[in-house]
Amino acid sequence: MSNSTNVKQVTVISGKGGTGKSSLIAALAYLLKDDIILADADVDAADLYLIYPPDVKEKHEYQGLKLAHIDEDLCTKCGLCRDACRFDAITEDIKIDDFKCEGCGLCYHVCPEKAISLNDRISGHYMKSDTRIGTMVHARLIPGEESSGLLVAQVRKTAEAVAKEEKKKLVLIDGSPGIGCPVISSLTGSNLAVVVTEPTISALHDLKRILELLVQFRISGYVVINKSDINEKVSQEIEELCQGKNTVIAKIPYNDIFNTAMIQKLSVSEIEDVDDDILAIQETIKGIAEKMISFLEI
Amino acid sequence: MKIAVASGKGGTGKTLIATSLALSLEGVHLLDADVEEPNCSLFLDLEIKKTATATVPIPDIDTDICTLCGKCSDSCEYNALANLPGQILLFDKICHGCGVCSYVCPENAITEVDKPLGYIFEGKNEHLTFHYGELIVGEELATPVISKLTKMIDENDKIVIIDSPPGSACPMVEAIHGVDFVILAGEPTPFGLSDMQIVVETLRKLEMKFGVVINKDGIGNDELESYCIESKIPILMKIPFDMDIAKQNSVGIPLVKGFPEWEGKFQRLFSDIKEMVLNE
Repeated sequence: MSNSTNVKQVTVISGKGGTGKSSLIAALAYLLKDDIILADADVDAADLYLIYPPDVKEKHEYQGLKLAHIDEDLCTKCGLCRDACRFDAITEDIKIDDFKCEGCGLCYHVCPEKAISLNDRISGHYMKSDTRIGTMVHARLIPGEESSGLLVAQVRKTAEAVAKEEKKKLVLIDGSPGIGCPVISSLTGSNLAVVVTEPTISALHDLKRILELLVQFRISGYVVINKSDINEKVSQEIEELCQGKNTVIAKIPYNDIFNTAMIQKLSVSEIEDVDDDILAIQETIKGIAEKMISFLEI
Repeated sequence: MKIAVASGKGGTGKTLIATSLALSLEGVHLLDADVEEPNCSLFLDLEIKKTATATVPIPDIDTDICTLCGKCSDSCEYNALANLPGQILLFDKICHGCGVCSYVCPENAITEVDKPLGYIFEGKNEHLTFHYGELIVGEELATPVISKLTKMIDENDKIVIIDSPPGSACPMVEAIHGVDFVILAGEPTPFGLSDMQIVVETLRKLEMKFGVVINKDGIGNDELESYCIESKIPILMKIPFDMDIAKQNSVGIPLVKGFPEWEGKFQRLFSDIKEMVLNE
């Protein structure tokens, strides 16, 4: 658990996708670059590499769940494995469907001919890389693979170890959308969650579920309303929902700068010679970083 | 005809496309398979009722019979069982319900009990049948909820439209399983392109037919479009980035209801897809 060390952990999540989570975390990472290790735990849609092109220093294979393999020479096509499999991963003609196999091994146990083995499978890779803001730990799940939650845990653990090694105070984690296994895995052990939402009824619906998740895991949450002027009324509803425990710490109006910065492979914090609107956004993001630091007492 | 709407990146317009396509056609069965964060119902004026429960069978160990031999925990590939002094401890959140533990138990001390993971909801009117799945907050496994949801598909359904979860991992693969065509909701930004390329790789591995609807066209750059052209991926439709569309979307008004001129375009989208599916 992170409490046993001095390294703190903040996870940025969103519930709904497309609220600007990765753009915001990139901007925060730039401001906090001296104190953090950046971890991209959105393993099936990792994007921070586009803002901070990585010079990969270490690349590790990630073995997630196993994969069943049938030895055709031994198989008598009796069908016991197919009937037993709960994931419909064995076809009528007794072949393993790699996409459906969850590597549980029931087929291996039931096969009377000992024709089935469970093999390791590489589900992805995780990397430790140099970037212009310091070390980043990131990963790539092989498309369509299972066990993204386990890979997220690996990214988190690696980032924490690197933070200790480099004497950094904080691991800043980019989580996935949703509330399921990869999200829960990215939140485990976090000292704080920053939830990036937007004023749409979809995002509001999703926010309620993510806040409920934070309560269950006893993790404090800060809320940022991005694109806040798309709908002032829903924006206000979000603020009312968050009154009390989950404070809305910032509202960022819609601005094209998030896309133009992304296209230039820069974070919003790095854009210079800007107009007043963008300057105000940059100040707001600085405010978010300060509130995080003061909450974490680092 | 079964069509799924998917995307790598979240927030690229999957729900917008799925709902507008469903509302432009007659006799559609729409399924919202983004069970972690289902949003389609917010755009549909339907009375919704709970109709089914998605469960996972988890082990119930009879401690009177269990000899603590540890075969179950040794065989569990998910580390959901731990053999501790005096007890076998179950971490039910990570149990996949595979049944290995009860199979290997030499004492027959393990029975399985169904644990709810999520619920299936239903809404209907004369034009549309709609189901969505919702993962219980705190549960990790979305895939069994999606699998329960897709069982709601009736073989007499003429048109099935599935709103898939974002990403390219197991929930998305489960949602698009067995469909005739996948519409990718693409956002023309560097993040949008990068995430879409991963899904394209997945769809190619699965040997599926697909095409791209570019949403928020004009918001970023033209790299996504160039990629589609170079990779011979059909661009099926473009929806411009427009503050008025964004505002309507923010309050739950489907594109084809806020801007009825889009209905014809979605009907054409459907007939184009139909042609691509039928012309092997």
